[in-house]
Amino acid sequence: MGSPLRTCLTSLLAATVLIPWSMPATCQDPHADARRQMVREIAEMARDTAVETGRTRLDARVMATLGRVPRHRFVSPADLRQAYANRPLSIGHGQTISQPYIVALMTDLIALKPGDRVLEIGTGSGYQAAVLAELGARVYSIEIIEPLARQAAENLQRAGYGQVQLRVGDGYYGWPEAAPFDAIMVTAAASHVPPPLVQQLRPGGRMVIPVGTAFLTQHLLLVQKQADGGVTTRQILPVRFVPLTGGPRDR
Amino acid sequence: MRGQARGEGNGGMIDRLDRPPYLAVGLLSAAALAYEVLLTRLFAIIQWHHFAYMMISVAMLGWGAAGALVAVLREPLQRRYRAAFPAAAAVFGLSALGCFLLAQAIAFNPLEAVWDPRQFLRLGLVYLCLLVPFLSAAVALCLAFSRFGGEAPRLYGADILGAGLGALGVIALLMALPPMRALLAVAALGLVAAAIALGPRQRPAWGLLVAAVLLALAPGHWAQLRALEFKDLAQTLKVMGTRVVAERYGPLGSITVVESPQVPFRHAPGLSLAAAGEPPAQLGVYIDGDGPMPLLRYTGDTRPLAYLDGLTWALPYHLLDRPRVLVLGAGGGQDVLQALYHRARSVDAVEINPQLLGLVQDDLADFSGRPYSRPGVRVHIADARAHVAGSRARYDLIQLALVDVFGASAAGLTALAESYLYTVEALGAYLDRLDPGGLLALTRWIDLPPRDLVKLTATAIAALEARGVREPGAHLALIRGWKTGTLLVSKTPLTPVQIERLRAFSRERAFDVAWYPGMRAEEANRYNQLARPYYFEAVSALLGPQRQGFVERYKYRIAPATDDRPFHFHFFRWESLPEWLRLRERGGVSLMEWGYPVLVATLAQAAVVGVALILLPLILAGQRLPRRGRSTVLGYFALLGLAFMFVEIAFIQRFMLFLGHPLYAVAVVLAGFLVFAGLGSRLAGRLPLSENRIVGLAALVIAGVALIYLAGLPGLFHALAGLPDAGRIVVSLLLIAPLALPMGMPFPLGLKRLAARAPAFIPWAWGINACVSVTAAVLATLLAMHLGFASVVALAVLAYLLAAWAYGSMARHTV
Repeated sequence: MGSPLRTCLTSLLAATVLIPWSMPATCQDPHADARRQMVREIAEMARDTAVETGRTRLDARVMATLGRVPRHRFVSPADLRQAYANRPLSIGHGQTISQPYIVALMTDLIALKPGDRVLEIGTGSGYQAAVLAELGARVYSIEIIEPLARQAAENLQRAGYGQVQLRVGDGYYGWPEAAPFDAIMVTAAASHVPPPLVQQLRPGGRMVIPVGTAFLTQHLLLVQKQADGGVTTRQILPVRFVPLTGGPRDR
Repeated sequence: MRGQARGEGNGGMIDRLDRPPYLAVGLLSAAALAYEVLLTRLFAIIQWHHFAYMMISVAMLGWGAAGALVAVLREPLQRRYRAAFPAAAAVFGLSALGCFLLAQAIAFNPLEAVWDPRQFLRLGLVYLCLLVPFLSAAVALCLAFSRFGGEAPRLYGADILGAGLGALGVIALLMALPPMRALLAVAALGLVAAAIALGPRQRPAWGLLVAAVLLALAPGHWAQLRALEFKDLAQTLKVMGTRVVAERYGPLGSITVVESPQVPFRHAPGLSLAAAGEPPAQLGVYIDGDGPMPLLRYTGDTRPLAYLDGLTWALPYHLLDRPRVLVLGAGGGQDVLQALYHRARSVDAVEINPQLLGLVQDDLADFSGRPYSRPGVRVHIADARAHVAGSRARYDLIQLALVDVFGASAAGLTALAESYLYTVEALGAYLDRLDPGGLLALTRWIDLPPRDLVKLTATAIAALEARGVREPGAHLALIRGWKTGTLLVSKTPLTPVQIERLRAFSRERAFDVAWYPGMRAEEANRYNQLARPYYFEAVSALLGPQRQGFVERYKYRIAPATDDRPFHFHFFRWESLPEWLRLRERGGVSLMEWGYPVLVATLAQAAVVGVALILLPLILAGQRLPRRGRSTVLGYFALLGLAFMFVEIAFIQRFMLFLGHPLYAVAVVLAGFLVFAGLGSRLAGRLPLSENRIVGLAALVIAGVALIYLAGLPGLFHALAGLPDAGRIVVSLLLIAPLALPMGMPFPLGLKRLAARAPAFIPWAWGINACVSVTAAVLATLLAMHLGFASVVALAVLAYLLAAWAYGSMARHTV
């Protein structure tokens, strides 16, 4: 084993050669440990909620992605120390950046392949868009609060996700020029699923919508468009809960 | 004050301060009570309405703490009484405003409390801040009692008469002024009380009066309400292009109407995924910053309203032909328009909030097209339950869609709010207004794991059974989307044709059927898939022989609410607590029903602080308090605090159902109790009987009247439900009088006895009464949840009888 400095320099060199510029070099990154810890916590929660979500673990690619995206670039400076805590944080304008576990779960639920087109309604801090871009998706994101949209654009640019397409405006009609989408992620509260969004979803595509308040996701709604255009939904509890009655684990 | 104080030359001022300050005490008491009510209003706007309990407990705590403080510092404060009383009153006036502004600036965010323990620190700071004004007012009052204990009956009369008028006055104030201006007025009243206490010969008195006038007339913009940025309205106003187009305020809430031309409102909760159309233009209506409730553009053309047919509660219109409809909780008029879209023969709409109707019908008439003035539509300003009780009209459909307890939100704390909309008796009353073949449609939000609709179904089954229906399952149908679910309760068994239409309606809109007579299990859980067909399983179990076991095993409390225990939103079960707590760290807080545990925690906190405040004077000033009689004093004043609060709270509940308006019920009943108790107190000082006998008689009368009321009021209220508002208010006051008059007697007579024999006890006794009252206010709600309000009254009666016995023993001993 060489000195830590040499390991660091070697991997830095490797990084510059092998990995795109946008990738942060972990050995230099003071947040790397925190990020690893965050990913461990998410994995543990995912195991715990296997019954509700239908999968014992989240997609390894999603987990790896959360281990790479610099979440600290998307939180307000005052919350820097909390950036990797497994909790939502206020980002001003009455909005929040979601709990990392919820971000992971929602990302996992839309089952992306590299190159997929994803529409996001509610850019917020830009963190979710960054996660999707890091996964190799082509991301289109719409935000209705102007200053928030500006902030998100800046965050994404600085974190190296300048390729994310951003728009300020009404998300109800989606982004027809870029449709159809393989997945749609609605991160804002919705009283109903906007029909134009269902139309812009490719058959076989998935849409996910959180239900709850600013600091609390009560459950997730997964909308699936069948190959024949029919639509079904599934409600998913993000936490483990023993069956209500009659189940084998019930007393 | 029979005039002999006037014109006594230079001595006048001194004499004035040497006589009990009846007027100042009354004013201060009025201001403090108004402040308490006002704070619940203000906090509903800047935060959420759950703070009502906090305001009651912080106010009472101020009272208890003042008792302890004056007990400990009795001598120095008594010596400086002439300065101390007006000073404390003035501090109340100034801090009523100042401390509220400070509390507002602390920016406590209850939503974040789950993640961030520091929020509890902020909550504590808010609590301490708000304690200051209540403590100051109470110190002034306690000083007056301590000094003029011999005049306790008249003084106490002025005190609670003032409080009673304050309870009424604040409602008037809230009708006339925006909430922040009302706060300025209450603060000014505190200063006026201080000035009056000083008297016209004192320079500072005039200074205080000038300050009061300045405060009352001050331009409003320097003291503004700042809502938490996570409230719905605050969030909406950040959206580009939004602006406020109309505002109204009133005791039922501040209403704000918002226009959003760039990102239009399209509120259509749970709209079918198969719907193609877009909702027409809407304005967003926010009550106390919560919402939006949609206000639709309507021109008389019903075609743009087609989307209303894609909501779960459009179902009954497909089973009935041009029904006569009663819409309960009509709000912005959406459900009235839905009825018009479906060509209802007639629509009766009931809405409790006149300001909201005014906005829809007048201020925004150009936009709304006055839905309530359309042919065939009639509107009634009333509480839903009271309207149904008082009406003889018959309907084919009663529509109750997503109506929450007024101002309620989804935070789970609504458990504390009693609601007579969703009890067994309520559902029965709705069914009684239906003609044969008629339908009651109840729509609620879908929650996961399911509880609200499951409990409501159990309630409907109980209501049907109470009406002699043998097979309730034949009268029920339940459909659900991902956001809302609609339960149909049919007066007569559903017909095969109706069932066919129901299945078609659901299929076309991709809603799941969860129950209809004869439904097969395979049909459940198709479009919006849950981990299991929870709803079908639940309704089947509730209709089957295993109902009892199912209700007992369910993770949430789903036993039906009744009028005696009207807590539909109370879903908490102790049995599930360990599981919920394990999940807390994992974001499982949303599963937990917080209302009840918060109530228990509040009770524990109130009890601990109460005991501390009662013991504190014994520890710090024990040598000045007589040794003998301590336990009797403690027992007597504690029992009175408990009993008064129990009776008051239980009867507020009872009269709420009769008066049909939660807020006016609280105001009328509270004012009634306080004013009559105040009169009773004055009367007690004049009755030509021994004090022992008065206290004993009072307890017996209270016991008799309370027990008669328990048995007789429901029947009487039912018979008189048709009276107009004014009639019901008069009847209520007449009914309260015989109960409240004797309730006002034991406390001042107790103080008077202490004044004669051991005056050092007075502030301590006063504080005991207050501390126990805080605890009793919370305890009453908790007991009502478990045992019902009848038991609360029974306990109060027992406490009064015990107190009378304790008074007798005070007479036998030295104290």
